Amino acid sequence: MPDSALWAVDLFGRVYTLSTAGQYWELCKDTQLEFKRVSAATQCCWGIACDNQVYVYVCASDVPIRRQEVAYENQRWNPVGGFCEKLLPSDRWLWSDVSGLQHRPLDGVALPSLHWEWESDWYVDENFGGEPTEKGGWTYAMDFPATYTRDKKWNSCVRRRRWIRYRRYKSRDSWAKIPSKDDPKQLPDPFNDLSVGGWEITDEPVGRLSVWAVSLQGKVWYREDVSHPNPEGSSWSLMDTPGEAVQISCGPHDLLWVTLWEGQALVREGINRNNPKGSSWSVVEPPTSENGIMHVAVGVGVVWAITKDRKVWFRRGVNSHNPCGTSWIEMVGEMMMVNVGLNDQVWGIGCEDRAVYFRQGVTPSELSGKTWKAIVASRECDRSHSGSSLSLLSAGCFFGDEVRGSGESCVPSDTDASSDAERPGPDPPVPAESLDCPRNPKDSFASGPGTSRTAEHTVEVASPATQTPRPEPRPGPASTPAELPWTNIDLKEPKKAPSYSAAGFPETTGLSSLEVLPLGLEEPCSADDRPLWAWVSGGGCAVEAHSMLKWFSVHSGLSASVQMLSLSITPAQTAAWRKQIFQQLTERTKRELENFRHYEQAVEQSVWVKTGTLQWWCNWKPHKWLDVRVALEQFTGHDGARDSILFIYYVVHEEKKYIHVFLNEVTALVPVLNEAKHSFALYTPERTRQRWPVRLAAATEQDMNDWLALLSLSCCESRKVHGRPSPQAIWSITCKGDVFVSEPSPDLEDPAHLLPCDQMFWRQMGGHLRVVEANSRGVVWGIGYDHTAWVYTGGYGGGCFQGLASSTSNIYTQSDVKSVYIYENQRWNPVTGYSSRGLPTDRYMWSDATGLQECTKAGTKPPSLQWTWVSDWSVDFSVPGGTDQEGWQYASDFPASYHGYKTMKDFVRRRCWARKCKLVTSGPWLEVAPIALGDVSIIPESPGASGNGHSIALWAISDKGDVLCRLGVSELNPAGSSWLHVGTDQPFASISIGACYQVWAVARDGSAFYRGSVSPSQPAGDSWYHIPSPPRQRLKQVSVGQTSVYALDTNGNLWYRQGVTPSYPQGSSWEHVSNNVRHVSVGPLDQVWVIANKVQGSHSLSRGTVCHRTGVQPHEPKGQGWDYGIGGGWDHISVRANATRAPRSASQETAGERSGEQGLPSRPAQVAGSLQGLSLGPICC
Amino acid sequence: MTDDKDVLRDVWFGRIPTCFTLYQDEITEREAEPYYLLLPRVSYLTLVTDKVKKHFQKVMRQEDISEIWFEYEGTPLKWHYPIGLLFDLLASSSALPWNITVHFKSFPEKDLLHCPSKDAVEAHFMSCVKEADALKHKSQVINEMQKKDHKQLWMGLQNDRFDQFWAINRKLMEYPAEENGFRYIPFRIYQTTTERPFIQKLFRPVAADGQLHTLGDLLKEVCPSAVAPEDGEKKNQVMIHGIEPMLETPLQWLSEHLSYPDNFLHISIIPQPTD
Repeated sequence: MPDSALWAVDLFGRVYTLSTAGQYWELCKDTQLEFKRVSAATQCCWGIACDNQVYVYVCASDVPIRRQEVAYENQRWNPVGGFCEKLLPSDRWLWSDVSGLQHRPLDGVALPSLHWEWESDWYVDENFGGEPTEKGGWTYAMDFPATYTRDKKWNSCVRRRRWIRYRRYKSRDSWAKIPSKDDPKQLPDPFNDLSVGGWEITDEPVGRLSVWAVSLQGKVWYREDVSHPNPEGSSWSLMDTPGEAVQISCGPHDLLWVTLWEGQALVREGINRNNPKGSSWSVVEPPTSENGIMHVAVGVGVVWAITKDRKVWFRRGVNSHNPCGTSWIEMVGEMMMVNVGLNDQVWGIGCEDRAVYFRQGVTPSELSGKTWKAIVASRECDRSHSGSSLSLLSAGCFFGDEVRGSGESCVPSDTDASSDAERPGPDPPVPAESLDCPRNPKDSFASGPGTSRTAEHTVEVASPATQTPRPEPRPGPASTPAELPWTNIDLKEPKKAPSYSAAGFPETTGLSSLEVLPLGLEEPCSADDRPLWAWVSGGGCAVEAHSMLKWFSVHSGLSASVQMLSLSITPAQTAAWRKQIFQQLTERTKRELENFRHYEQAVEQSVWVKTGTLQWWCNWKPHKWLDVRVALEQFTGHDGARDSILFIYYVVHEEKKYIHVFLNEVTALVPVLNEAKHSFALYTPERTRQRWPVRLAAATEQDMNDWLALLSLSCCESRKVHGRPSPQAIWSITCKGDVFVSEPSPDLEDPAHLLPCDQMFWRQMGGHLRVVEANSRGVVWGIGYDHTAWVYTGGYGGGCFQGLASSTSNIYTQSDVKSVYIYENQRWNPVTGYSSRGLPTDRYMWSDATGLQECTKAGTKPPSLQWTWVSDWSVDFSVPGGTDQEGWQYASDFPASYHGYKTMKDFVRRRCWARKCKLVTSGPWLEVAPIALGDVSIIPESPGASGNGHSIALWAISDKGDVLCRLGVSELNPAGSSWLHVGTDQPFASISIGACYQVWAVARDGSAFYRGSVSPSQPAGDSWYHIPSPPRQRLKQVSVGQTSVYALDTNGNLWYRQGVTPSYPQGSSWEHVSNNVRHVSVGPLDQVWVIANKVQGSHSLSRGTVCHRTGVQPHEPKGQGWDYGIGGGWDHISVRANATRAPRSASQETAGERSGEQGLPSRPAQVAGSLQGLSLGPICC
Repeated sequence: MTDDKDVLRDVWFGRIPTCFTLYQDEITEREAEPYYLLLPRVSYLTLVTDKVKKHFQKVMRQEDISEIWFEYEGTPLKWHYPIGLLFDLLASSSALPWNITVHFKSFPEKDLLHCPSKDAVEAHFMSCVKEADALKHKSQVINEMQKKDHKQLWMGLQNDRFDQFWAINRKLMEYPAEENGFRYIPFRIYQTTTERPFIQKLFRPVAADGQLHTLGDLLKEVCPSAVAPEDGEKKNQVMIHGIEPMLETPLQWLSEHLSYPDNFLHISIIPQPTD
């Protein structure tokens, strides 16, 4: 889990963050301003500063926020000057937008605010829909507006070209003032509260946020167009409200609650993807009429509130359909405010002690949690106190202001007295006005300007000594809360621990507070100087059930726990004591055994048998799971080597039979978890060829894991495979996300006697991944289904491999999230229109993508028992082909190609529903936060090249399509240090770097790009060269070995790049190699391995099979045929670490003997056979 | 890179080359040849000496045979101490092989427990495991185990099956993620210089301030005489499994990796050899 941060503001307006991995409050990097409110999202934080202006703090990232500006240059042909700038009067502008309607001269395109800068000058885009254009980038048409083509024809009368320029958001890691360039008259008055949310409403545009604010006049404002690429948004829109708002809270999804001045809450209805602002308000009454609501906080499905008597309330029955909920429940505790963050976790600020509290035990099933637990993390004892003496004055302003802003929300009795002051103009309010607050004479100095911090100190010191006139010996705020404006409490609370010993300074009265100001500032923060908080926001803070927070205990000194999650070798592993134990044990063994090996052993090794009950899939009649007894017999040979046999005893027709498997022949043990069964498949070379593994199932997950671990250990032992995989290992992943690794034998790539790849032994590593890439210096990276990037830690085991099968260190928790999709299908009829009444021949009205399986919302389970739902069903709008506003796709009939709009001929429609599920496992992987990845490639090392000092080149594509180059990757620091962003004109999809720094990439439009001049000294290269894709094909993946370049298109065709030479690395043309390919990996020996789509074995068909290209030679880099390896649900392979060249052999003639055919056959087996193969195949994708 | 798992393996497969000689006063029919054997450090004498017994019984008359017992340099060897502990405590400074004298007569009733059969060893072993788990987990782990798991622990030890034993024993070595270790560390400290058989006290792996306790912390607390003063000369060796871990070694790590199969850390304090 990536580190994320809790944001908070202390009483002095300083903004702090607390990392989920940390144990100290860290002062926000930009300390120029004091804030009164912050509201955080994952990547940014919005706040209202003491000047009442709104600011946004966009967290820094290696990937820039960049936006493309586009302008078109239009020209018309005339017989005199050819194409020229003379257009017809009826024509569009010479410089225009894409539609031609808007005038857009290049120098007229301005930066939207001070926070942007231009990346470069304007340049012509020479890429036209994936095809390179002629120099100059012109596209031609008969007239405006029309279809443009790359080629100039006889009737091309007009032409245009596209100019592009990028601007970059530069104010990151700092508070950027939201510009108010609107008409000053319509300027919203000073803001009083603000809330950020709505990131789960839709993904388009990326990082879209709903930013809501409440002004001092009680109006509600919405910030338009806030998204990741436009962090500032564009303008404020006023929303009508039926009352005066004082506070607002916007949840991650469609909940939005507002507190009204009168104590009720307003609930926004009708917020959805098409209308994120919602449509109407409803009113919710407070829990009790005497104490109105003072504060609300909402999450995805929860609402918390605080009433004016500081009581905390939880709203029952809130969900998308009923945003108002049903009733209030009172919770324990008294709070100043509460805030709901990610995963509906809750934070609050205690009424008594002003500490930040975390609600423990909030889970999807128990949203109200269990108890409040105070966060006692201390601030880094920083020097910021003395550094901010200038800004302290403005902190005073902030408190002056807060008296009014918040006071009106909670102190009705004060309103009469100070109603004038509560309606300030747009100019910053003068805090002194609030001093007139008559209640508490102490106020007169307490909230004066410039006294905030000192006042606290002085009051602490003075009040016990001088007995400042007060009605009582300080009534607790809880007992008379309604009488105390917030400011009073803000300043009174610190007195909770008054230092009576300080009574020695009786002359230090409140009135002299200004004199002691510098004194207070220079005081270093002492250990008992507990932070006092004013506001907290958890909108960017991801706390999950299994995460361990270190917030609740005070740590002295720098704890090792911070380093625990970094890949650099931990002190424990290098500690002298540890080294000494290893060394002494070795010496002891030498001393006590070396000369005595001829002695007899006291205990003779014996056969050990583990028996148990499993289920076994009977391959023949009756074709069902049978209960079987199994026994694993382990014995030790004379040479000390172990071997084992697995016996499976079964009864058919009352006849006792058994089958047995020698574990030294087993090539893979593959867990096959599904909704119902904990089963696993056991392969031998023979069974790999048949595509027909032995399948066993256990009664419980624990039982299966025990058996898997034991069998796996036995297999590894008999093959003497132990510990960490070698740096040359071949990595692969199944469609279930299981990670497998195989040690390449030296003759695996021997062209003379190729080791059949069905004999490779695959063992499982813990973890769950979608992509894994390795290089021969031991650097391995993975990408999860949720695009999280992971780096291999050097451990082994994890997941179901516990105990001996797992390394002690380097195993970490890993989680992954993926979506399950089902389809809602409807047919049109003349009476009711589209309805869920289909024809009898139709598919299920709720089905899977094929329509063959019925899948209802209620009946669909997570893919296996390892997965749990983490969201509700929601319509997926991002399906290929597009959808209408409700997510429907239309077609003339099932099954057909769907489109996102309705036509006359469309009789059926469908829409896709998605539901997220999550898996938590463990493995030798550490997250590389925070950028999510789509693809990654590590430079394969040329055979024989030893680590030559410089860092290892690693390129990646972010999930948004940005090209990234990782800096600082080495054996010792496989995670590297930072990303270098490489600009592109469109999102990319796949990337690969060859052994000689040839970087090839595939863009989302299906064309390929070559990156020029990449070298160790210029890791990001200089420019992209556009390479057209093969005719009528869209490429989806590319892999570059030593010199070979292979690419894969969306139709499963594998292409070899012809004519690549050192002087012309882009090559000349694509040559077809094979079809039926799903994924390709080219290694440092130019060896070619693929995952084939379908492979027919003698017994069954398997999808997703590891195949090895045979006959690859320097003079024949395309090879001759395929050799088939492990299969049935394999999705990904990386051979890029295997630079083990076979020992030189005399004869190289027998290459490719095993299978000589060109292309992978997907023999159409007889229908029954193939169907059987599909349904029985071990891991059906 | 060396993994901590390798420590478990090294500890388990520790062997002491031993030469068994029949006591000179035993009556034999013919001369008794010495018997050489590799004894597993983690096992018990009476569990692994069937071969020794058979070897010497061949040269003796039936009526001269009663319960076997062992002695090293005049000290009767307690069978209920692990072999490695006996060796470290009594013989670590002497030359290998370890010379053990075998007796069939005059059982030293006041020094040794009787060991009528291997069941006695099993009972002793299991009670140690249970006691250790009571310290570590308030007996929760051992009590949740099934009978067959207990059996597997014992069989693993008896048959010298590392995998078999650790498949179960690892559960005894786990602790809740939110804690930094066991509740108390099961340990026993042995000294040859005192009459007291061993020292055993309640000792937590983590200090109140969150710091991990080390071996040195333990010794300072329960056996201060074993630790040399800061500047003083080292007078004692602190030995576990024939090695001297540094005093900075975290106790929790020691307990997880250097405990004997009975789940106790058996620590020997022996005088520093003078040579």
